[in-house]
Amino acid sequence: MNPTRRQFITSATIGGAAASLLGFDLTPAYAEVRELKIARTTETRSTCPYCSVSCGVILHTLGDKSRNVKPRIVHVEGDPDHPINQGTLCPKGITLKQNIVNDRRLTTVRYRAPGSRTWEDKSWDWAIDRIARSLKKTRDEKLRVKDAQGRAINALTAVGVIGGCTDTNELNYLLVKAFRAGLGVVPIEQQARI
Amino acid sequence: MTNGWTDIRNADVVLAMGGNPAENHPVGFRFVMEARRNRNAKLVSVDPRFNRTAAVADRFVQIRAGTDIAFLGGLINHALTHNRYHDEYVRLFTNAPFLVSEQYAFDEKRGVFAGWDDEKKAYADKSSWNYELDAQGFAKVDPTLAHPRSVFQVMKRFYSRYTPETVSNICGCNADDFVKAADLITSTHTPDRVGTIMYALGWTHHSHSVQLIHAAAMLQLLLGNIGRPGGGLNALRGHANIQGGTDCGMAYHNLPGYIAIPKADQESLASFIGAVTPKPLRPNSMNFWTNTDRFVVSQLKAFYGTAATADNEFGYAMHPRLPQSAPGAYENWSWAYIFDHMYRGDMEGFFSFGMNPVSNGPHSRKAIAALSKLKWMVVAENFEQETASFWRPEILELVDLKPEDVQTEVFLLPAANFAEKDGSFVNSARWIQWKWKAVDPPGEARADQEIVARIFLKVRELYQQEGGTYPDPVRNLNWWYSNPAQPSLDEVCKEINGWALQDVRDPAGAVTMRAGQQLGRFLDARADGSTLSGNWLYIGTYTDAGNLTQRRSHSDPSGLGRYPEWTVSWPANRRVLYNRCSADAQGRPWDPSRVGIAWNGQRWTGDTPDYTADSAPDAGLGAFIMLPEGVARLFVPGQFVDGPWTEHYEPAESPVANPLHPEHSSNPAVRAFSTEYDVLGKPEEFPIVCTTYRLTEHFHYWTKNNPYNVQLQPEFFVEIPEELAREKGIANRDPVRVTSARGSIEGRAMVTRRIKPMQVAGRTVYQIGFPIHWGFLGRGQQRGSLANLVTPTIVDPNSFAPEYKGFLVKLEKV
Repeated sequence: MNPTRRQFITSATIGGAAASLLGFDLTPAYAEVRELKIARTTETRSTCPYCSVSCGVILHTLGDKSRNVKPRIVHVEGDPDHPINQGTLCPKGITLKQNIVNDRRLTTVRYRAPGSRTWEDKSWDWAIDRIARSLKKTRDEKLRVKDAQGRAINALTAVGVIGGCTDTNELNYLLVKAFRAGLGVVPIEQQARI
Repeated sequence: MTNGWTDIRNADVVLAMGGNPAENHPVGFRFVMEARRNRNAKLVSVDPRFNRTAAVADRFVQIRAGTDIAFLGGLINHALTHNRYHDEYVRLFTNAPFLVSEQYAFDEKRGVFAGWDDEKKAYADKSSWNYELDAQGFAKVDPTLAHPRSVFQVMKRFYSRYTPETVSNICGCNADDFVKAADLITSTHTPDRVGTIMYALGWTHHSHSVQLIHAAAMLQLLLGNIGRPGGGLNALRGHANIQGGTDCGMAYHNLPGYIAIPKADQESLASFIGAVTPKPLRPNSMNFWTNTDRFVVSQLKAFYGTAATADNEFGYAMHPRLPQSAPGAYENWSWAYIFDHMYRGDMEGFFSFGMNPVSNGPHSRKAIAALSKLKWMVVAENFEQETASFWRPEILELVDLKPEDVQTEVFLLPAANFAEKDGSFVNSARWIQWKWKAVDPPGEARADQEIVARIFLKVRELYQQEGGTYPDPVRNLNWWYSNPAQPSLDEVCKEINGWALQDVRDPAGAVTMRAGQQLGRFLDARADGSTLSGNWLYIGTYTDAGNLTQRRSHSDPSGLGRYPEWTVSWPANRRVLYNRCSADAQGRPWDPSRVGIAWNGQRWTGDTPDYTADSAPDAGLGAFIMLPEGVARLFVPGQFVDGPWTEHYEPAESPVANPLHPEHSSNPAVRAFSTEYDVLGKPEEFPIVCTTYRLTEHFHYWTKNNPYNVQLQPEFFVEIPEELAREKGIANRDPVRVTSARGSIEGRAMVTRRIKPMQVAGRTVYQIGFPIHWGFLGRGQQRGSLANLVTPTIVDPNSFAPEYKGFLVKLEKV
């Protein structure tokens, strides 16, 4: 027998009912075991962020929708309804929870000053302001408004942007729109090149 | 992929070469196992190592890293000389009947095509790599294929040199093993059999990578395998959205939708559109790129909104244009060139969104030295990584610098990960799948779209307050989102698809689309400014029916695993590209049990046709609607810089001179960088061939932060053949050092029988290899074992991908 996820849960419940023939009812005990894992979770459909097979995954979160309660990931598993992975995952996909809930995750803005040997924590406002000013200064000074032949090319090659293959189409499009169409950056690249 | 993961179940023969899908795409590989189980399909694995794919293959051939073209050339020759090609298919769907220019030539002794200039050491004139044209500018053809200058005959002569003995001599495999594999692979030349090819970075990481894939395409066309269920040429992409990034223009040379970036000398919109719109080469060619003007204008409307008008060429002047380095030549800002420019001090600032170039780019030491020249750098990441922390003493030590020497300001911004935001990824099969947000990011981490938006809006604010150099595009960028500082990805997805900006009328004056209506098909986009679309390729993904990337239905009317209503795939929800080739001249499927599309008397049914849906077969419209020829290219005129045919060239570092033509041993069109970091080794000092690869337990440089993955594969190691280990006195688990002309890396020896010594050009050649997943930051045993400390900066002259596979090293016990 090769049960699907949902069949497995159903049969576990029936197993509990059968056990009541023993003269005492094991159902609450079974239910307790199941509930610990996924019974009270919210399921969110997502896509594994690793390779390009793009297995469907289900992210299980606990936490009601109260304003002051933050849902947290308690379990990640393959989506049994996805036509590619049909519930299966590889050794990377099956440990995805550790990619999300991980004490090494960055949670503050860090800054390394020129010549420094350490990070300092900074605020977002400070960082955005300083990045924007650095970017504007470089653009103001280095934008190649005209080339040697006097043609208006408006190309900024003193700033490079890489990224996006780990993020959504929408982010990729916004990177191209903001940095190239808006700010004139030509060196825009991603993992596909390498 | 031309086909898709779920389609692989329809194959009769699977060639896994230049990739190790059982290890690196294990869940996609299920469909290979399904084909073997249900159809008795055969799996052939060709690789430098007996890898996890080889372990379940019906046939395995070990070849030397960097010699795949010789192997594929041998397969092409095998198909042509033993009459194992699909004759009717080749005549109908390829340029085999086209006549090649009289000036075309290939010097077999020297290994260069006509147009080579000995003084400039470059192809000075590529005009002979072309067809012979008639007075109307159409290519001349000989339907009998008998003309000595027909593509078919020229091809036959060109590949006649790739005999089994030559293949054996170059690749280091046994000639009999090659012939047995060739018989199996070419067995799909009959209409009732189909074969597929699965490849990955083992093919793209060479100084001849584009031509390598050209060779594979030629083979699949000769066998009649392109466009058919169970067939195709399938690139197994490495990251969740590397395909989407490519589609959306995250490359210096492309706009979203694979339209070339405007160039310095294309001073008007008309001259740009003229330059990027090909002319048809045959009277029956649809030449779909004729519509480029619609896509470009709609994209400019998406970028510049109301500031893009017919009077100002839709804001064309505001978009940057690629600078020219010499007449007809343009500056190159691809990855390795960016780092070369950076090292030379040409750049001041740098943004990295989820990328780690110190680890994943070629030649880590050059990358570190380059970053140290920057004034400022911004890294948005989930975890601290080697690029953001390149200024740490243990990393700077690699380039003999100290933190005090490096003035680069670094901003490390905590970013949300996949689970903490919504949006769509495109998988290898071109399925655009929406995902939903499950949780908020931890601490102060923010979604990348918010980071990009806030930086852009702040710069815009500064331009508004202070003015500055050419502020027009910054001011005019169409940032229409309801919450500008946190653009909703649903709104962005809507914009990428696009909508009508005003009522759109057909030539008779009837309204075909109302203002505000989402575009449904490619030709809904208009060149008059009445529509907006961020990327024409994704038109049809967010229509008036809603966001179709959220669609989830298992319905599979074909029974072939196409799932046409499971999300949407580009282009136009076509699941198999070039699917006109799945049917014969009359529109009858080559194999009735595996129907791609079929003509029912009025229209094509089945998959979304890659063709005009109501164009009758006897109208003879060309099957390849995106190519000006209307048919697939065996001979490739003008597109590649290193030749119209695929020729075997050795890697830039090779243990032997090319047995075919030692004078031009490696790809003559390759241009090496010239800083002190860009050095190549000689086989006398570095006699061993080395290659890099990945393990199923790790993903790139991310999972070194995850406890379970680190427990599964804790430590960097080097795979060494038994014979070589014996020669060097190395035992299993001994510490060893691998050194190339660029640097060295240390780790434990894994002595193995999976890589055998081989006989190449009359001498014994050893290969070793190691996985890439370690570095300086992460859990467990991170000892600075960055694989790319030893790789060269040589790149392919067409794709500019680095030669990570098949470089030279020496090996010693520590």
